Amino acid sequence: MAFKTVGHREKRYDGLAHVTGETRYVDDIFVPGILVTKVLRSSVAKGQVRNIDISGAERLPGVVGVITNEDVPNMHQDQPVLASSIRYKGEPIAAVAAVDEDTALEAISKIKVDIEEEEAVFDPLEAMKAGAPKVRPEGNLYMYGEYPFRKVVFGDVGAGLKEADYVIEGEYFHPALEHAPIEPWASLAVPEADGRLTVYTMAQSLHLTLGWLADVLHMEPDDIRFIKWAWRTRQSGITSLSDIKYIGGINGGAFGGKLDIQADHIPAILALKTGRPVKWRWTREEDLLYSIYRGAWHIKIKDGVKKDGRIVARQVRSIRDAGAYTLFNPYAVEKHCFLATGPYFIPNVYVEGYCVYTNKTPACAMRGFGITPSTFAIEVQMNKIARELGIDPWELRFINAYHNGDQTATRHVLDSVYLIEAMQALAKKAGVKLPDKLMAMTSAERSKQ
Amino acid sequence: MKKRGTGIAVAEYPTGACKGGDLSQAIVKVRADGSVDLFFGSPDLGQGSQTVMAQVAAEELGVRYDQVKVYNRDSDTTPFSFGTGASRVTFCDSNAVAQAAGEARAILFEVAAPDLKASSEELVASEGTISVRGDPRRSIPIALVAHKANHVMRKVVVGHGSYMPDVSEPDPETGACDPFCTLAWGAVLAEVEVDTETGEVDVLRLVCVYDVGKAINPLLVEGQIEGGAVMGMGAALMENLYPYYPSLEWAPRTLGEYVIPTAVDIPDIQEEIVECPSTGNVYGVKGIGEMTANPPGPAIVNAIHDAIGVWMNEIPVTPEKVLKALEKKAASEPRY
Repeated sequence: MAFKTVGHREKRYDGLAHVTGETRYVDDIFVPGILVTKVLRSSVAKGQVRNIDISGAERLPGVVGVITNEDVPNMHQDQPVLASSIRYKGEPIAAVAAVDEDTALEAISKIKVDIEEEEAVFDPLEAMKAGAPKVRPEGNLYMYGEYPFRKVVFGDVGAGLKEADYVIEGEYFHPALEHAPIEPWASLAVPEADGRLTVYTMAQSLHLTLGWLADVLHMEPDDIRFIKWAWRTRQSGITSLSDIKYIGGINGGAFGGKLDIQADHIPAILALKTGRPVKWRWTREEDLLYSIYRGAWHIKIKDGVKKDGRIVARQVRSIRDAGAYTLFNPYAVEKHCFLATGPYFIPNVYVEGYCVYTNKTPACAMRGFGITPSTFAIEVQMNKIARELGIDPWELRFINAYHNGDQTATRHVLDSVYLIEAMQALAKKAGVKLPDKLMAMTSAERSKQ
Repeated sequence: MKKRGTGIAVAEYPTGACKGGDLSQAIVKVRADGSVDLFFGSPDLGQGSQTVMAQVAAEELGVRYDQVKVYNRDSDTTPFSFGTGASRVTFCDSNAVAQAAGEARAILFEVAAPDLKASSEELVASEGTISVRGDPRRSIPIALVAHKANHVMRKVVVGHGSYMPDVSEPDPETGACDPFCTLAWGAVLAEVEVDTETGEVDVLRLVCVYDVGKAINPLLVEGQIEGGAVMGMGAALMENLYPYYPSLEWAPRTLGEYVIPTAVDIPDIQEEIVECPSTGNVYGVKGIGEMTANPPGPAIVNAIHDAIGVWMNEIPVTPEKVLKALEKKAASEPRY
C-alpha cells in the first residue's frame, strides 16, 4: 500500500518554533506574584539532622515561606522530598520561597542545621559486603523477591562451559553519565482561582509525574499542616488526580533525565503553603551534581565458546551503582539481565544482576537504560573472542546472531529479527567486502536454513 | 605517530517499557472543514513525536499532514500516556492514534455511505476525499462529509484509541517472561585515528545501520541516528560524572568540566535505515529512540584496539588511559 504521508520526510511539526526561539519552555513562563525557591542541600553524604533552625530565614524581609521535612505531606516513593536522615551529599533539607533569587539564597544561608555525620559508603563493591555501612535500614541490596539480585537462568550454564573449547572472561566498567540536556531542571507551581494547582513541567511523562506529585501532596482537608497554609482559603486539599493540572509536553532535551519528579514537588509544596506561584530553576552545577543520571556499572562476563565460533554458554554478574534511592534503578537492572546475551543466541545462560545502594546522588533513567552498558561490554567481549579464536569479528557475529524463532534467555520467541541483514547493509554502506557465505545468510528460522 | 583502525559493534534494543503495562491513549476529533485535532499524552522531547503522530492521524483519515493539529501539552486535554521513554512512543502511541483515527473515519464513512450509494465497508479515505474502493470517480471531499456529519447529522466526529502491551512478570527462579513489544536491530562501524604521542582518539567516520521496522518519518529517524552516534561517541571518549569513581572528588560542576561533544567533534556520520516490520504495530514500527547511542561506543573501542592493539575495558577512553595502556603494552613486548 502506498502511503500518502507515513514514510515521508514531513517537516517537523514544532521545528520552526524551536529554531526561531518561539517555543516557550518552563523557565519562559512568568505569572504575577511569582516567588522563586532555593534549597539548602546537605554538606555530608550520610548523617542525621539533629536540629534545624529556620527562624533566621523566616525573619528575612522578602521571604514568604520556608519548608522542612515536617511540612511535606508524603514521601516520593522511598525518597523524602526534604530529608532529615541524609543519604547523599547535596540532598535537599529545607527550601525557601522568596521574592527573588538573591533573597532566597540569603535566606538559605540563615538556616542553621546540625547534622550528626555518619560513615558513608560510595563503592558498590564495598556496599555489598557484610558489615558495610548501611545506606538505608533495609540493607544495601535491592531485593527481587527472595533474591538480592535479578536472576535469569536458561539451559545449563555449567554444562555449556564444560562443553566449550574456550572459556573467555572479561570485566568491564561503564561510568556514570549525565544526560546534559540544554535545559536544566525548572518547574513552576501556580495555585489557581478554581482551587486547583497548575504545574509547568519538563517531565517526560505528564501523567506519571502528575500521579507522583498527587501522592506527595495527598492531604486530607483536616490535616493540621494544611489548616495552617494559605492555600486553605481556596482549596480543600489535594485528594485526587484532577486537583492538579500538568502543563508541559515539550522540553529542552531529556534523554531519560526528566523521567522523575525531581523539581516539581518542592515548588508545589511551597505554592500550597504560601498561596503564591513558586518557580524553581536549578543551576547547571545543581543539575550536574544532584539531578538523576545513569548509574555506573561493573560487568563480568564468562563465555564458553566452541572452536567454530559458537558461544554455547554465558555467565554474567552485573552490579549497578544505584545511588541513594530506588527510583528506576531495579528496572534498569532487570532490563539489563533480560538481554544479557546481546543480540546473540546462547543456549546456556546464567545472569545475576545486582542493584546496589550507595551514598551518592540517586541514579535513575537514561537513554538505553541497562542495555547501553551491556552493549558496550558484550561487543568488546565479542571482539576479544574473535581475536582469541582467530575468527573475523564480522563472521563471529554472523555465526551467533539471532534468527527468527530463536528463544531469548527469558524464553521470548523472536520474530522480525534483522541483525544479519543490518550487518550486510553495514558492510555494503561502509565498503567492506564480506565473504559470499556471510552475504548469503538471512535471519530466517534455523530450521529453514 | 598516528594510527588508524576500524571496529564494528552491533545491537538489539527492546521497544516499550520492560515488562509491559505502559498504556498510551489518543483522541481524534474531526472539525466541520475536515481539519483534525489530535490529543495524545506523550511529550515531545525534541525527537518529533508530534510530527509522527500527526502523520499517522493524517494517513488514517486521508487528510494532509498539515491539516492535523496536535495537542500533547497538558494533562487536562490529553488522555493517559505512560510517557516518553523506553523507545515506546512511535510504537505504542501510533497504535492508539491509528485506532482513534479509524473510529473517527468510521463516523465519516457512515455519513458518506448513503450519498455514495455504497456501504461503509466499501469506502476509503485518501487525499482529501472519501471514495468507493476501486471506483475513485464515486467520491466526496472529506470537508463536505465532515460538515454534514457535524452540522446536519449532529454527530461529534470523535474517535478513541488505547494501546497497552501486556504485563509480563518474570519467573523468580528463571527470569522467564515476555518483557518487550519487539526488538530493533543495529550495526555500526567506526573508523578512528589514535595519536600515540598524545593519546588522543579522533573518530573519523561512523557508519550506522538500524532496523526501525517502518520509518514513519525517515528525516526524524536520521536525526535520532546522528544524535545517538554523537552521544555514544561522547560516552566512549569524553564523559564521566565521577572522574575518580567511586569517590565524589572532582565531580564536574560545569559543562567546561563535564565535556560533551560539540559541533567540531562530530565525525562523518553515514546512516542507513533498513525496515523489517514488527508484528505488534499497525505500521510495523520498532523503537529507535534509545539504541542509536549504544553501538557507536564499543565500535570505537574495537577500532582503537585495531589501531593500537590495546583493549579498553573501561570508558571513557581518555588520552591518559591510551598512553598508560600503550606504556604497559610496550613494557610487556620484547624490545628487539
